[in-house]
This record gives sequence, C-alpha cells and structure tokens, in this order.
Amino acid sequence: MRAARTSLVAAISALTTVTAVAGCAEKSDAKDSDAVQVTASDSACKVSKTSFPAGHVKLAVENKGAKVTEVYVYAPGDRIVTERENIGPGTKAVINAEVKSGSYEIACKPGMKGHGIRQKVSATGKGAAAERDPRLDKAVAAYRAYAQKQADETLPKAQAFADAVKKDDLAAAKKAYAPSRVGWERTEPVAESFGDIDPKVDVREDGLEKGQKWTGWHRLEKSLWQTKKITKADHDLADQLIKDLKDWQKRVGTAEITPTSMANGAKELLDEVQTGKVTGEEERYSHTDLVDFEGNVEGARTSYQLLKPVAGKNDPALAKDLDKQFAAVEKQLDQYREGDGFVSYDTVSEGKRKELSDAVNALAEPLSKLAAAVVSK
Amino acid sequence: MTDASSASHSRRALIGWGGAGLALGAAAAGGTAAALTGTGDDARPAGDGGGAVPFHGAHQAGIATAVQDRLHFAAFDVTTDDRAELIDLLKEWTKAAARMTQGHAVGDGAVSDLVEAPPDDTGEALGLKPSRLTLTFGVGPTLFKNKKGKDRFGIAERRPEALIDLPVFPGDDLDAARSDGDLCVQACADDPQVAVHAIRNLARIGMGKVAVRWSQLGFGKTSSTTPDAQTPRNMMGFKDGTRNISGTDAAALAKHVWVGEKAGPAWLAGGSYLVARRIRMHIETWDRTSLKEQEDVFGRDKGEGAPYGKQHERDTPNLKAMLPDAHVRLAHPDSNGGIRILRRGYSFTDGTDGLGRLDAGLFFLAYQHDVREGFVPLQRRLARTDALNEYIQHVGSALFAIPPGVRDADDWWGRALFT
Repeated sequence: MRAARTSLVAAISALTTVTAVAGCAEKSDAKDSDAVQVTASDSACKVSKTSFPAGHVKLAVENKGAKVTEVYVYAPGDRIVTERENIGPGTKAVINAEVKSGSYEIACKPGMKGHGIRQKVSATGKGAAAERDPRLDKAVAAYRAYAQKQADETLPKAQAFADAVKKDDLAAAKKAYAPSRVGWERTEPVAESFGDIDPKVDVREDGLEKGQKWTGWHRLEKSLWQTKKITKADHDLADQLIKDLKDWQKRVGTAEITPTSMANGAKELLDEVQTGKVTGEEERYSHTDLVDFEGNVEGARTSYQLLKPVAGKNDPALAKDLDKQFAAVEKQLDQYREGDGFVSYDTVSEGKRKELSDAVNALAEPLSKLAAAVVSK
Repeated sequence: MTDASSASHSRRALIGWGGAGLALGAAAAGGTAAALTGTGDDARPAGDGGGAVPFHGAHQAGIATAVQDRLHFAAFDVTTDDRAELIDLLKEWTKAAARMTQGHAVGDGAVSDLVEAPPDDTGEALGLKPSRLTLTFGVGPTLFKNKKGKDRFGIAERRPEALIDLPVFPGDDLDAARSDGDLCVQACADDPQVAVHAIRNLARIGMGKVAVRWSQLGFGKTSSTTPDAQTPRNMMGFKDGTRNISGTDAAALAKHVWVGEKAGPAWLAGGSYLVARRIRMHIETWDRTSLKEQEDVFGRDKGEGAPYGKQHERDTPNLKAMLPDAHVRLAHPDSNGGIRILRRGYSFTDGTDGLGRLDAGLFFLAYQHDVREGFVPLQRRLARTDALNEYIQHVGSALFAIPPGVRDADDWWGRALFT
C-alpha cells in the first residue's frame, strides 16, 4: 500500500460512463437520427455510422441474434468507456456516453464473453488527441488484460483465505495469506488508481487516518501472527475483504491506463519495494515481504516487457540496462526461495537487505527513464 | 548553480569568482589546485565563499585547498564486475564532478523539456554559488582484490604496496558498516547543501554500478591548511592541529603529502593516501572532566591554545613540560621522527544515540605520501598511550589511494590506473 495515493494512473477517467438509462427505460426516441444504430447478431455487429461528433453519444442497440449479448464502447488500450450487459435476443437497449474526440471501438459480445465482434468508430471534433502509436495501444490493451487476469485469479485465492479465517483455522489462514496478495501486489498502481479500494484492503495500521476503521489484509495479518487469535470481528473483515476485492475486479476494465502511466506504474512498484518491502514494514507481522517484493517486480517487468517494442527502439541502451537489472533483482530474490514461496524476511540480515536495496536502486533508476523512452520519437 | 545551457544572473556572477580562482590557481606554485589560498580565505566569513576551485590540475583539489567549512564524505562499493562499465562510470563521474565544482548542474540540468522523465540533476543546488566545492576521488584496497580475494577488474598487480590493510590498533571498535570501501569521494564546500548535492548526484549516477557503503557529514573543520588563520576548535573545545601542513608550502607537500615519481606505482605519482577514521567522543564524560585534567590531556591551555608553559598558540612547544601521555606531546613530529601528515578532518554530530548521548566526534581525514611512514606509526603510539583515549573511540576506518589530478577535459578519475 502507498501512503500517498498520487498514482499517475488517473483516478477515474473523465471519459467514464454515463450509463444512467436503466434497462427498462427504453425510450421512443431511440431511433433519433443522431443515434448510432447498433445491430447485434450472433455473428455480426453492425453500426449505422463509424464517425460521429464528440460529446454526448447515444447508441441504439438491437439484438437480432439468438444469444444474450452485451455491448461495450472501448477507448484505445481497451479502456471501457461504457457497457451494457444482458441484452436479450430480440430486445433493444439504449446506451449513452460522453466521449472526447478520438478513436473508439464498439464491441458486441454474443453470449456475453470473449473479445467481441468489434467495429472501429471515431468521434470527431476539436482538440482531437494525437494519433498514438498502435503498438502502444496494443501494449495498453495487453496490460489491461494482465491486470484483469490478476484480479480474476486473486478472487478464488482471497476466498480461500477468507474461508480459512471464517473457519477459525489459523494455520490454513496463515498459509493462504501471502498467495492471496500476489495479484494485487503485481498490479497495485491500477488498484490504487481507484482511490477508495486501496485504503480498505491494503492499509497498514500506521496508515490509518483518524476515525478510519482498519480493514483489509493487514488487519487480519495482525490477528493471525500478532495476537494469534481469530475473532468474530475477523470473520466480518474477511467478508468485507472479498466484497472490496470484487469491486476492484469489476473496475479494472475502466481504469485509465496510458503508456506513460504503465511506465510510471512500473517505477512506482519499485518505489513500493524500496520504501515498504526492503525495510520489512509492509508485512511486519507475517514477514512475507519477499512474496510482495516478487509480485511488485513481476508487475513492473510485465509493464516493461509490453512497452519494450517501442521503448527499446527509442532507447536501446536503456532496454539493455533494464534487461540486465531485472535479471539481477530476480537473481537476488532467488537466494531466498523456499518451497513455493520465500523465507521469512526477519531471517534476512541487515547486510543482505542492503544488497536487495542496492539491486532495487540499480533497477529503479533506469526504470524511471522508461516513460520518457516511450513518449520520445 | 544553474544549467550550462541557460546561464542566469547568478551564474554570471559566479563566473567572475571562478575566473579569479583560476588566475590565483595558475599563480600557485606547481599548479597545485590550491586556488584562493593566497587570499587567506579562512579569515573571511563563510558566506563569502562563492568562488569555484579549479577542477583540473596536477593534483586533485580538496587536499592542499584551503579547508572549506563543510564535508560530505562517501565510500562506495562497486557492485558491477564489469571493468568497462566501471570505467564508463568513472568518466561520467569525472564529467559531473567537473561541472558541479564549477557551479553547473549535471547532465541536462534540474529542469528540462522532457517532463515525463526525472531531471538529470536533483536541483537543490540551483541558485547556489559553487561554494568552493571540491570533489576528491580515491580507491580502496578492496578495488584491487575484493574480500573474497577476487581481482574483479584485472588491476590486482597495480595495487600500491603502501595501500595496506590498516592494522588493528588497541582500543579500536570498528563497525564494518562504517569502514572501508572500494571507492571514495570527499566533497568539501562552504555550503553544506552544495556538498550534499554533489554526493547525492554522484551516488545517483552510479546506481547499478556502485552503491553507497557509508557516508559521513562533517559540519566544522577541525584543521586548517592556512597557518595565518585561526585554528578551529574540535568538539572537545580545544585547538588541535596547530602545526598542520600549509596548503601553500610546496616543499612540505612534496615531502609529506604527494606520492613521488619514484615512490611507485607510476599511476599514483602526484597522488596521495587518505586515512579516514570516525572517532567517536564520549562527550558527556569529557564535559564533566575538570579543566585541569582536560588541559593535561591535550598539553595545551584551553583558552588560548598555547602549549604548556607558553603564552601563545604558535609558540614552539616544550614537550617535556607536558605530561608523558599528553596528546600534543605524543602526536608532535618531534616525538615521531619528524612524521607529518596533512590533517583535513571535520567535527560531526549525527544526532544522539539510543541512550540520548550525543553521537559526536571527529571525522579524521589525513593525507600523506605513505601511511606506513605516517598514520600507522603515529596511531600505534597514540593508541597505546594517549591520555585522550579515555574519552574517544575509533569506530570507523578506511584507507584510500588518491590518484593524481585530472589534467584536462579528456582525462578522468583513475585513468592512469585503468590504462
């Protein structure tokens, strides 16, 4: 968790959704001539126009297929601008959105799954965003998929942790604790971009504001390792954790992710390691810091790998250095592997912690130049 | 300090200073880097120390240079095993050091058009004068062969004989985390922020190739290399180091400080050796020691600094008038076969320790042409019998070989060692 939530991943997109129209509120003006007609079937997704003025956009959807469908509007990098689920066969729906000028994709997803059948559209108007390198759009989309996967895979692990807590099974809860955090640690900058979730699930006792109730992983960590007793209140905390994590899982798709926010997010993950993990502050009771450490590094490396086709071309020396320093940090971590996890961090001496810290510095310094290498031509 | 690319008013002002420094430096005998020494700058207020000390010369600046008011000293471990990478770093460091000593920011400056990237320079010295910043570079024994006995850079055979592993002296309580180092940089300036900025930026440039092993701030010079100026007092309230080598005494420097052409190895000719010792003082017990005992311990009076039985600080001491274990008597060249070292230490106070005691003392820095004929015999004698030992303890220690000066813009720190 971060003390100050100033992530460069913007909190909530200015573009986000205005899906105020309820399912039953189909209006007769859905066929207004300025609406974009979207005709969905089980194998096609037709749009009446591929270009429309920026601002308020109305999509008039008709599902002519046999499957239940859903319709998404994606901004570059697969950021969800708006979506509507559960559009039954033979039914209509209206979707409203506010869009800035730029490129978008409208996707119909028959059966409500998968990548969808997509149509490229554009919103026209003043102040059009500069065309972005399509390789970077691809990187952002792949990163979003990665972040989503982390959230999706975290939920069952967190559920196993919560279940153990609720069964008062101290040993099983301790075992499930660190693995339940990995997906979160890998993509923390995205989670933090929502502002309200991080303080609920990942706050440490010293990070609480006055009057703030302490919830989340670290509160349970304290019960498991410090007081060594699971209380009734902990059962509720376990439920709350799952609820908050589901909220995170649902919102990953709407996070505004850009190539620079990916690059800076990678650097922020290393900042997390340097300020929280190397010092042993993050997991002060469980001493599972090295698990988080690895999660942070993996997340940073994923961002970097996805940006490398562009960054490596703009600044080959930087890419070479980053490859080397990522490998060096991983080599450092390898020393501490034990079973499918890591040794307890309280067994790592001051001198060895400095070696970890030096390796993190060696990686974080060039990593801080990644964003510039992504934007420069 | 400003970007080179955008000279501002403050920089124009300091160019004047730099120019003056250069002229004086050139006038100094042998082209020593002791710019401004002729002005006896010690007598001037610190705020007047805006000038730039020339970076290039036969000897590195920061040795004979009139002692500045503040210190940030850093020892580094070399973390790369790649010789070419180390050499590249030394070149990059040299370039940055040359710029900073002349009052310029490093790289593209502290503010650039590339807002997505962190600036090259950290920025806290923007608008400050060069403040007579000197950056003095050295190499430790472990650079030649690390503690596992490995010659990582193919230079083991170039290790100078005099770059010994310092012996353990009685009473030492050395903390490994505050001792030794593969490389060192001594940053001295009249403005502490300028000295700290220099070390911070060199450390940042070095990340991935070197890591700071330990560093020490010093706030008050304890010796002066300008004999006509006031001798500063140490944390015990005494004047110490009255008979230091003067930065303008070319003969004494040649005899006691610079490594001679024939002394070997060739790459070190014109260089020196630096002993750094963190000497913790037991401040609280010293403070409750009677004035009589304090003066007995040093062999001087506290007020004037005069040797026992004399009137003035610079009167020739009568060593026999002092107690046999008095500090001045034991440390004096006459008691040590004429041994002289150039002391350039600073007082330090790193706040208080866990018991609320002042964590203070002397960060002893001494330059000499051969430690085997300088610090080692001196300290052997002092460690055994000095009355001061009751109130001090050596807690950190390092020895470095200090290469000769960087000749010009194409030269770099350690070039002769690596080529």
